[in-house]
Amino acid sequence: MSNRKSRTGSPPLEAVAGNGLLDRRVLLRGGAVIAGAMGTGVAVTGAAAEAPLANDPWSLEMGTVVPAYQVPSRFEKDVVRTRSNPNNEFRNSHARTPHHLLQGTVTPNGLFFSICHSGLPDIDPAQHKLVIHGLVKQPLVYTVESLSRYPMVTRMHFLECSGNSAPMFSNAPLQVTAQAIHGLVSNAEWTGVPLSTLLEETGIDPKATWLLAEGADSLGLHRSVPIKKALDDAMIALYQNGERIQPGNGYPMRLLLPGYQGNMNVKYVRRIKLIDQPAMSFFESKTYSQILPNGKMWLFHFTQEVKSFITQPSFGHALKGPGIYEISGVAYSGNGRISRVMVSADGGKSWAQAALNAPVVPKAFTRFRMPWRWDGQPAILQSRAWDEAGNVQPTRAEFVAARGQTEKPVATPLAFPNQHYNSITSWGIDSKGEIKHVYA
Amino acid sequence: MSTRKLLLAVGVVCSFGAGSALAETPGLGKPIAEGDIAAWNIDVLPDGTGLPPGSGTAKQGAAIYSQKCALCHGENGVNPAPGVVPMVGPSKFDRIDTMKTVPYYKYATTLYDVMRRSMPFPMPKTLTNDELYALSAYILSLNKIIREDEVMDAKSLPQVKMPNRDNFIVWDPDKIEYDPLHVQAPAMR
Repeated sequence: MSNRKSRTGSPPLEAVAGNGLLDRRVLLRGGAVIAGAMGTGVAVTGAAAEAPLANDPWSLEMGTVVPAYQVPSRFEKDVVRTRSNPNNEFRNSHARTPHHLLQGTVTPNGLFFSICHSGLPDIDPAQHKLVIHGLVKQPLVYTVESLSRYPMVTRMHFLECSGNSAPMFSNAPLQVTAQAIHGLVSNAEWTGVPLSTLLEETGIDPKATWLLAEGADSLGLHRSVPIKKALDDAMIALYQNGERIQPGNGYPMRLLLPGYQGNMNVKYVRRIKLIDQPAMSFFESKTYSQILPNGKMWLFHFTQEVKSFITQPSFGHALKGPGIYEISGVAYSGNGRISRVMVSADGGKSWAQAALNAPVVPKAFTRFRMPWRWDGQPAILQSRAWDEAGNVQPTRAEFVAARGQTEKPVATPLAFPNQHYNSITSWGIDSKGEIKHVYA
Repeated sequence: MSTRKLLLAVGVVCSFGAGSALAETPGLGKPIAEGDIAAWNIDVLPDGTGLPPGSGTAKQGAAIYSQKCALCHGENGVNPAPGVVPMVGPSKFDRIDTMKTVPYYKYATTLYDVMRRSMPFPMPKTLTNDELYALSAYILSLNKIIREDEVMDAKSLPQVKMPNRDNFIVWDPDKIEYDPLHVQAPAMR
């Protein structure tokens, strides 16, 4: 589709889809083209001239002491996780990642999402033990210290609660941020010992088809994992983004099952037992089993399916006048690499291919970007991802046809009407630049 | 373990060690006897594996429930505290957001296991084996899954037919099925 007409009168960047989506190669060519367009845009949007520059106080005196462990600037105090249980009542606690305030692909450790079902355990790493037993040749006990001697691997992987995006099961769109809708997924660089190395030491009885992994938290949370996955890419992770794993993410060690639903990546892992049947633990029997519209239920839906969502601009932001913007977001799939992300600015009538930030890593966040000239008219922004296994993110209509939606609007974004939601997210922009969550 | 199975086990080790020098691991795991894992080894499997000796009835369970469970989960298993699941709920799941409680479980052993490891929430792992059987009987009878006079023990509990048992579909069996004789070398990926 060719649309070279420009309402703002700036030099025509090539429009590749409706409502002003521009060729992604603009991004790849570097700043010259964009800068040219924006330079012209300044006069067009009528920005007042900058006042004469003066020295601010911080340019005239020495700064404060450099801390031993640094935290973000005090001006970033609103970039925090939102919590479901700030008073630590006798129930679980969620803390969601503020995707609409972040960029790139790495979720900072302090903002990594966390779900704790019985508070944060205060584990002394010198006392923590991991036992591997059951259908093995020799049960063995490992410690943080002994695992630190093992050959390690370092890999980027997303972790996602299978209840992430569940507010979109509501039959009416909730007016909340990407943090509230999609904040139960994060992405980090994990370092640890391949589980296959440890199973090589214990030996595996051929009768073993599953293992159960159990945490040292007061709930003793446990999940069943197919041996097939344990021998594929599972790891006992010790480090998160280069430092020891955060307490909310499993300190001092957790099971990491790349691409599998978050709850199976058992935190504080203290016991792995090889068994000949799934344990049918509480969480796999109930919480992480999905009721389908036909009255049947899915069991063992482990893989987090292909998904993407736009983080900039999104609900909670406002566009300040027509001109050039970058549409950006994250895409990921538990099946492997993201192969393609398409973006629409007209609610799915036309699409253009977004630029993918390299490297594109399997089972990890991929940042996508799309240049866009907003003409000040209503627009609906969407992103749609494909993975290398050929899976495509469904539209909301396709998803609802297969998985259903609630009969009444969901009252709170903290509810989990169902699990494993992965359709396209739509942000509706009105002529004032205000952004709403819409179904389109 | 029979000699043949032992050989198979060794075969598995060899096959996935291929490519990374076989047995060239640090070997720092400390051997432990299965018996010494007993305090942690509390899981109960659907076929009843792991269920301890003991027994209990719904009548015994009612008194324990009232004392140790009702504060959060509600008297008689209904009207729980905010954010806590009731113990009595629907046994027909005709909406995608139907509340899932005990009748949703495929196996009754799940109930015993979760109470044994996680409950009561403020002081988990304190219920006796008999208390756990009695509470299982009480909660199952509240949901009319067993009769009030049925005794729950290591033999009867796994035989309880849960109302929703036959409605589950395994989402992707290919991700589960595993052939120990044809393990691919994971270390090379």
